[in-house]
Amino acid sequence: MKRLLTVVLLALASSLSFAQFTPRNTECIAPADPGGGWDFTCRVPGAQVMAELGIIPGSMKVTNMTGGGGGVAFANVVTQRADDENLIIAASTATATRLAQNVFAGFTADNVRWLGAVGADYGVIAVSNDSPYQTLNELVDAILAAPADFAFAGGSAIGGWDHLKVLLLMNAAGAEDLSAIRYVAFDGGGAAMIELLGGRAAAFTGDLSEVLAQVGAGEIRVLGVLSPDRIPVLPDTATATEQGYDVIGANWRAFYAPPGISDEAYNFWVDAVRQVAASDEWNTLREQNGLAEFALFGDDFEAFVREQVAAIHTISEDLGLLQ
Amino acid sequence: MDVLSLLGQGFAVALQPINLLLVFVGALVGTIIGMLPGVGPINAIAILIPITFALGLPAESSIILFAGIYYGSQYGNSISSILLNVPGTASSVVTTFDGYPMAQQGRAGPALAMSAIASFFGGTLSIFFLIFFAPLLSKLAIKFGPAEYFVLMIFAFTALSSLTEGNTLKALASAVFGLILATVGLEPQGTTVRFTFGQLKLYDGLDFVVLVIGFYAVSEVLNILSETQVGGEVRKLTGRVMISMKELTSSFWVMLRSSISGFLIGVMPGAGATIATFIAYSTEKQIVDRENTFGKGDIRGVAAPEAANNSAAVGAFIPMLSLGVPGSGTTAVILATLLSYGITPGPLLMQNNPKIFWGLAASMYVGNLMLLILNLPFVGLFAKILLVPRWVLMPIVATLSFVGVYSVNNSPFDILLMTGFGLLGLIMRKMGFPLAPVILGLVLGELMEVNLRRALNYSNGDWSTFFQGPIVLVLWAFTLISLILPFVLKQLTQRAKPGKLQGE
Repeated sequence: MKRLLTVVLLALASSLSFAQFTPRNTECIAPADPGGGWDFTCRVPGAQVMAELGIIPGSMKVTNMTGGGGGVAFANVVTQRADDENLIIAASTATATRLAQNVFAGFTADNVRWLGAVGADYGVIAVSNDSPYQTLNELVDAILAAPADFAFAGGSAIGGWDHLKVLLLMNAAGAEDLSAIRYVAFDGGGAAMIELLGGRAAAFTGDLSEVLAQVGAGEIRVLGVLSPDRIPVLPDTATATEQGYDVIGANWRAFYAPPGISDEAYNFWVDAVRQVAASDEWNTLREQNGLAEFALFGDDFEAFVREQVAAIHTISEDLGLLQ
Repeated sequence: MDVLSLLGQGFAVALQPINLLLVFVGALVGTIIGMLPGVGPINAIAILIPITFALGLPAESSIILFAGIYYGSQYGNSISSILLNVPGTASSVVTTFDGYPMAQQGRAGPALAMSAIASFFGGTLSIFFLIFFAPLLSKLAIKFGPAEYFVLMIFAFTALSSLTEGNTLKALASAVFGLILATVGLEPQGTTVRFTFGQLKLYDGLDFVVLVIGFYAVSEVLNILSETQVGGEVRKLTGRVMISMKELTSSFWVMLRSSISGFLIGVMPGAGATIATFIAYSTEKQIVDRENTFGKGDIRGVAAPEAANNSAAVGAFIPMLSLGVPGSGTTAVILATLLSYGITPGPLLMQNNPKIFWGLAASMYVGNLMLLILNLPFVGLFAKILLVPRWVLMPIVATLSFVGVYSVNNSPFDILLMTGFGLLGLIMRKMGFPLAPVILGLVLGELMEVNLRRALNYSNGDWSTFFQGPIVLVLWAFTLISLILPFVLKQLTQRAKPGKLQGE
């Protein structure tokens, strides 16, 4: 109620003083070290494309605020910079996963304003080229028969997004005891890929962008993509749905804004993200980086994030991942 | 001879005026950044990424610039380690062991010159390895699994024996304290959060930079404050500035061995330059330190870690370029830069983008040479920093530490943490506890635990996984040799001594 009042008051105040929101000294927080997915979201579709399209004046400052799997930045934005209208923050499905598992010190998805998504990295299950398994069905059936003999390697922590995708798949395949499914956690998709190439992991769980180089070199084979339709860069690879497992795993790349900003500012940023998503500049870079189209903005995106957080919460609870 | 013609093309890229200029700027900026505590090459490169885009630089030029910053900063780090006992990063902690005593003895010039030469030696030799063995070595990196990493960490732990000058028990206590600090944060391979006291910022564990700057820079400033009278004395610079031929030749084999071991460790993503320096130092102490001068200002004790960390920095490019897996934080940023140019590093990089790979390799040669040319003449100038009165120098070090640490995560919490560790470091110094084992324990503890648990996860809890495979067995052999060798050498020298005394 108080927040609503503040929003209304702020909206009133700003509509009295100026009708249009004008960004100044814009900033994007990447809640992790340089070099990762959030950093990319801030630097490329954020700073680079927004400046190229002339959406923002001058350049956008990118700040890396590492810690707590994005939780440090989330808490900082909600508590310290709640009304900073020139600030946007990079987010992904990993953010939603952690919000759902309640590891952000009690903060929830409702604590911030979700702006929109610019693309998505679909989940993949891959094996090395000398693996005997040719389809997802063969692999899944073998695991169901002897779960102790198979270890998945993935780039996220236990209970993280790469782990969840495996559990969602095995759940859809009718596995009785999901705790018997083995997952070894590594620091990022690249390190997990080495495990597959070195023959230590039976299968790899990750995102499409992480496997393209190795697929191109003929070192690994993607058995299934967790996307609604086949992906243009891998036209011969069947989706999990086609193979009988109703699982979609989209790691979306998006932005959120602080909770206390005016509606003008909110609308400005929603529109900015929409323009980026529609631009040729971004779409070329998006495809080069193995990201699929994933366009949801403003209220639609807020509703989507809420639904996803609720869904992941239920799954995590069922799987015993919550403390 | 295909490699040579490709390398020739690489030099054609590297020697273009614009790229020559960029590698010069990169090496210079890197050196300056490396000298500032806390400010690492990662931040500098991240800031430069949008600028290189705005300037419309081609991908190979950007990478050349960033690589220049990367190895320039490795060298710059050693300057503050030697002169001020303030390492900017964990990988230059070892350089303080002999570098700082040398500076105190008025031999800052030779120490700095040796650091520049050893860096050049390690850098150049490892680029040679990079060019000729990259495909082979990326296969080795793939063979390196959690069990291999775990045993490598055990081997690295034997370096502790070279850090126990004085009181063995106190050094062990320091190392255990480092291991305890390594347990802070989210448990690897699990979901339990340990010792964070509800602080989200401790969720990922303690930041190395915060700890190193706190323990070394802040506690050094406090230590000097507690010892020096108001006004402070001016340090002397005795003797020659340049390194002597004898010092150089005595260090040749040290540099060679340290470059090779450093490079191999750098190739393993996740091991890193810090471990390379500890291993190189302790190995050389065991092999060449007959008079027990390591740790008291032995120039070979500067040569070993400097050659090792520079060749490890080059080695880290192999998994990044050939597998798309960054071997260090800085290579992760360079990887991200390549991705934003639409270039996917991986097994096909050398075929699809030969300009990138060979241009980078050639510019590393040029860059290393440039660093040497740039830095040798300035050795005398850098050494003069010691002539600055401490009451001017120490506030500057303190200010830079605070700014540097804040800039890493923009977090006031890190400043508090750094100050806390600074006070703790002061108490430990006063009570005679060495600080280096804490850093060793922290670096190794984290990697040991995570790889132990990964390996056991793979083997379904079967411990025999740590004794299977050729790499693991070779690493165990190294560990045993490293533990036994000091005793054998001691026996030999003790047997030789009485005869020598009688002869006199």
